[in-house]
Amino acid sequence: MTARPLHRRRRAAAGLVGLALAATACGTGGSSSPQAGGDPDASLPPGCEDYADYTGSSGTTVSVYTSIRDAEADAYVESWKEFEECTGITIAYEGSGEFEAQLNVKVQGNNAPDIAFIPQPGLLQRFAAAGKLVEPSEETVANAEEYYSEALREYATVDGTFYGAPNSSNVKSFVWYSPKAFAEAGYEVPETFDDLIALSDEIAATGKKPWCAGIESGDATGWTATDWVEDLMLRDAGVDTYDQWTNHEIPFDDPAVVSAVDKVGSILKNPEYVNGGYGDVASIATTPFGDGGLPITEGECFLHRQASFYSSFWPEGTEIAEDGDVYAFYFPATDPDAGKPVLGGGEFVVAFADRPEVQHVQTYLSSPEFVNARVAAGPFTSAHTGLDAENISDPIGKLSVEILQSEESEFRFDASDLMPAAVGAGSFWKGMTEWINGKSTEEVLGNIEDSYPAS
Amino acid sequence: MNETQPKLLMLMYGVIAFFAVVGVLLLVVDRAPKRGREKVQLVAFLGPAVVLLLIGLLIPAIRTFVLSFKGPGSVDWVGFANYSWMFSSSESRRILLNTAAWVLIVPTLATAIGMLYAIVIDKARGEAFAKALVFMPMAISLVGASIIWRFVYTARPAEQEQIGLANQLLVMLGGSPYRFLQDPPWNTFFLIVILIWIQAGFAMVILSAAIKAVSADVIEAARLDGVNAWQMFRNVTLPSIRPAVVVVMVTISIATLKAFDIVRTTTGGQFDTGVVATALYDQAFRFGEEGKGSALAVLLFVLVLPIVVYQVSVLRSQREIR
Repeated sequence: MTARPLHRRRRAAAGLVGLALAATACGTGGSSSPQAGGDPDASLPPGCEDYADYTGSSGTTVSVYTSIRDAEADAYVESWKEFEECTGITIAYEGSGEFEAQLNVKVQGNNAPDIAFIPQPGLLQRFAAAGKLVEPSEETVANAEEYYSEALREYATVDGTFYGAPNSSNVKSFVWYSPKAFAEAGYEVPETFDDLIALSDEIAATGKKPWCAGIESGDATGWTATDWVEDLMLRDAGVDTYDQWTNHEIPFDDPAVVSAVDKVGSILKNPEYVNGGYGDVASIATTPFGDGGLPITEGECFLHRQASFYSSFWPEGTEIAEDGDVYAFYFPATDPDAGKPVLGGGEFVVAFADRPEVQHVQTYLSSPEFVNARVAAGPFTSAHTGLDAENISDPIGKLSVEILQSEESEFRFDASDLMPAAVGAGSFWKGMTEWINGKSTEEVLGNIEDSYPAS
Repeated sequence: MNETQPKLLMLMYGVIAFFAVVGVLLLVVDRAPKRGREKVQLVAFLGPAVVLLLIGLLIPAIRTFVLSFKGPGSVDWVGFANYSWMFSSSESRRILLNTAAWVLIVPTLATAIGMLYAIVIDKARGEAFAKALVFMPMAISLVGASIIWRFVYTARPAEQEQIGLANQLLVMLGGSPYRFLQDPPWNTFFLIVILIWIQAGFAMVILSAAIKAVSADVIEAARLDGVNAWQMFRNVTLPSIRPAVVVVMVTISIATLKAFDIVRTTTGGQFDTGVVATALYDQAFRFGEEGKGSALAVLLFVLVLPIVVYQVSVLRSQREIR
């Protein structure tokens, strides 16, 4: 809390510097020396050589709209401070808890931000199809092609046009556990899905509940359960069927999906397995997702499937390390030799305006300089191959980046972010909540299939 | 500071501009030629209101109606597809059913409770205090009230300590905790209780004032005729306060049709508790299905219309009697 006012003061100072820079820039522009204008480096203050590509837009402002708030947002603002000082471009950052709905309102009201970080490829495609997005500059495309995998770029490509480079990415295929508790009881980190079930049975035999989970999340309640289904789809049905499923080439109640959901049910709906520290199966629906894994620290639960970002939910003083209080292992594949499917999410940086300063910011955000500056400012993971894993201080972030950059991994984007919002942010979440609440797999999947918008 | 100053300045400009426009308008109207002055006055004073209504109400209403015949992204015409979806999908039928439950139960119960309370405390000692107790919830915003009630309804598994008032009482009486917000269909009724809790105070205040306005001679005459308490209520009080009852019922009905805050705050429309207003928001703003959202908005308008027409006709007939 005390960091806030301090931070604000720092920002004000940055603003002042920016003003001063703008003033000097005006000064040089007005001087009668004809050579000064021709040399791009002349307007760059000392120490800004890295930013030579982004000159010529001093004194302008670019608005950036995202769903990222609080400490994470401060880290972003901190990470592009040098860019702002050197180029004279001010980045007006705004994070919103109602990002998806508000971005829609802003765009429809012809009040779109210059740049948005869109976490749902489905939403990105909707804006692209409606002709609202502006194509990025060649430099941005070159950066994206050099540093990001084709699978990831494909999610930002609509009808052959690429609309924006990925930015942060997180890994969702993680199971959190307590290395200390595992060492004490003699449990080992499982290598295959069958090992994971065997371990669960072993723990359940001692009378303790192996798993704990929570899916409550306001009007997004249910998304944690959809992540479970997606992870099991990747493992049970394979990546190709997963792609067909996300594109709605197979119906939502296809036998492959039923099988995957039932596999999730063999864990989440098994009264012997859940819900460690909270009670029965139904308590999963009312436990806030942020509290879901906390019983691990109290020894009431041993396993919790949740994304890498869960590291910020542990109580203060919890040591996150390979031999610490908590750590995570990769959610094992059914057959590890057949490749490692990785479920993940992330943001894509798209532009709604084509002013040169907007393109500069978009290009900078796709550069290795940015991701390394960003990771220096706070926890950050990205599939950007220019990101130096050595710069990452938190162990989960390091593990995530290693998985993301690994050749073995088959990265797939979170299905609920790919599907039309009526399904991915509506009936799928709702359906899985009802499923936890007791409805049958067939009934729930049938309802979701019915809710698919006709196209 | 840097950001608020221009805003305050803008506000000041706005206020100054407003006074300038009104000033000029008054001046012009005052200087208008004697002949046709009334017409000038009519246009000058009604004009701005009509223009604002047009921009803020009529045009959006027409646009919504048009959008309700278009598909996602408002590009293609889809005919009545959005309307047939509304009545055919199991999810939206649930929503219509819930809305019907809200509209039938809330105005009836809130008015009945408010009326009963108003009669019981009428001329009783400490009437003002008793009134304040019931009226207080009106002062809380719907979102605030919903958060309070969400805590009241919170359910924890039986093994754990209850943090919700309702379940703590249940457990103390020897029962097992009940998930008030998660188990359909009764969860909708527990949400309805919240709105009744709020609206009963409104009904009570209006009806209490109406009851006090019943003429003393009529009551005296009835007493001389030897009526009992029920006859007094049925034949004297109720007919006298009928206009007030209609106003209260209509106001609460319209407020109920628009019930959004309570559902969104407590369950977010999950667990089969969605109503038209929450579904409208979800479809139009979260799912990008502006067509379906607009169709639901049109439905809401069609449902409110007869209530308003009824109220206007009742008020008209009253004026004729007088």
